[in-house]
Amino acid sequence: MSGIVGQNTLGGSGLIKSPEGGGAWNFIKKLTASGDSSLSFVDGTDDVVLDSTYKTYVFTFNNIHAADTSIFTFQANASGGSGFNETITSTMFRAYHIEGSGASGLGYQTSGDQAQGTSYNQIFFQHISTDNDSSGSGILHLFDPSNTTFVKNFIANTMHVNSTGSEGAIHSFSAGYFNTTSAITEIDFKMSSGNIDAGDICLYGISS
Amino acid sequence: MSGIISQNVGRPSGLVKAAAAAGGVWTLIKTLTASADSDLSFVDGTDDVTLDATYPIYVFKFINIHAGTHAADFTAGFRDGGSAYDATKTTSTFYAYHNEGDSATGLTYASHDMVQGTGFCQIGGDAMGTDNDQCCSGTMFLFNPSSTTFVKHFMVNMNTLTEADYSVNEYTAGYCNVTAAIDAVQFKFDTGNIDAGKIKLYGIKDS
Repeated sequence: MSGIVGQNTLGGSGLIKSPEGGGAWNFIKKLTASGDSSLSFVDGTDDVVLDSTYKTYVFTFNNIHAADTSIFTFQANASGGSGFNETITSTMFRAYHIEGSGASGLGYQTSGDQAQGTSYNQIFFQHISTDNDSSGSGILHLFDPSNTTFVKNFIANTMHVNSTGSEGAIHSFSAGYFNTTSAITEIDFKMSSGNIDAGDICLYGISS
Repeated sequence: MSGIISQNVGRPSGLVKAAAAAGGVWTLIKTLTASADSDLSFVDGTDDVTLDATYPIYVFKFINIHAGTHAADFTAGFRDGGSAYDATKTTSTFYAYHNEGDSATGLTYASHDMVQGTGFCQIGGDAMGTDNDQCCSGTMFLFNPSSTTFVKHFMVNMNTLTEADYSVNEYTAGYCNVTAAIDAVQFKFDTGNIDAGKIKLYGIKDS
């Protein structure tokens, strides 16, 4: 190693050759909602990388706030396709605990899953409160989206405040797969109705 | 950013501008090691702990937490001003379990959840044993603790070897129902000391 690369070996700043391993999260892109109908991550656009560079991608959701009482969802578009309408088979279960009534429980939720559906898939189970202090946060893993042999698996784990008038903790677990062998190169997030009033979505790639 | 640097944004090879602190976007902030301590506390601005707007997401890793007293539950409290760890919380909890004798398995919602409570909430342990090899380990995400607009979400996944020799995989999640910033988090058992174990605090960058 020589020149500016060699001079920066083990340096914490300046120009260096980045490590190839280590399992580290690498920041790719942050989108901040401000009354947006959707937030999209498109490979090759606005510094977004969503290709074979990483085998696993992670989206983080921080204080997603809805303009209307609605459900936070996502869909994908495959390379060469048009529209966010890939075929999804998914599961959804959640634990809940409501502030006022004290009602609580754990269970599978058929209204939050899909069987070969092309709709946007629920990330937060059911509706989120629109109270000013209410929102939802969590993490979504997307595995090997560029693979052209296998379907594309995803797993989400999130926490949000239940809809206004019935506020409470909703811990949602959604997982499934895009039933396509085409590469997934675009991911879109939106509410089931109305805008994403506020919140951050970050995309990371995990080095392998 | 321009030229060869901008061409490599987000890519793991080639010439890139290294992060200020190398090692990806997870930054180790603090490690606390228990030695028969009544509690372990992470307080922003104290002992090199950062728990403010520097990071949008914080992660606590619990490694081999060992109880000093039999059948203790591992708990967390959040500080939202003042000195007390009494932020109001609503949580849900469920767990899967399987005993070593292979006579009991299941998945169930847990009654040790919390609704608008101000006490410490159980996040693991679940009647932990004090045998030398018994402990619990897991992870807790805390989202945007410095926000003064939103409630503060947290999600915990912990596995425990209990005093009855059960493996208990527990999921606790909820929110501190306050708009004041959370600037400190304390962990302790509901009875007795934290005999041993490490808790690591990381911050996840968003730039």
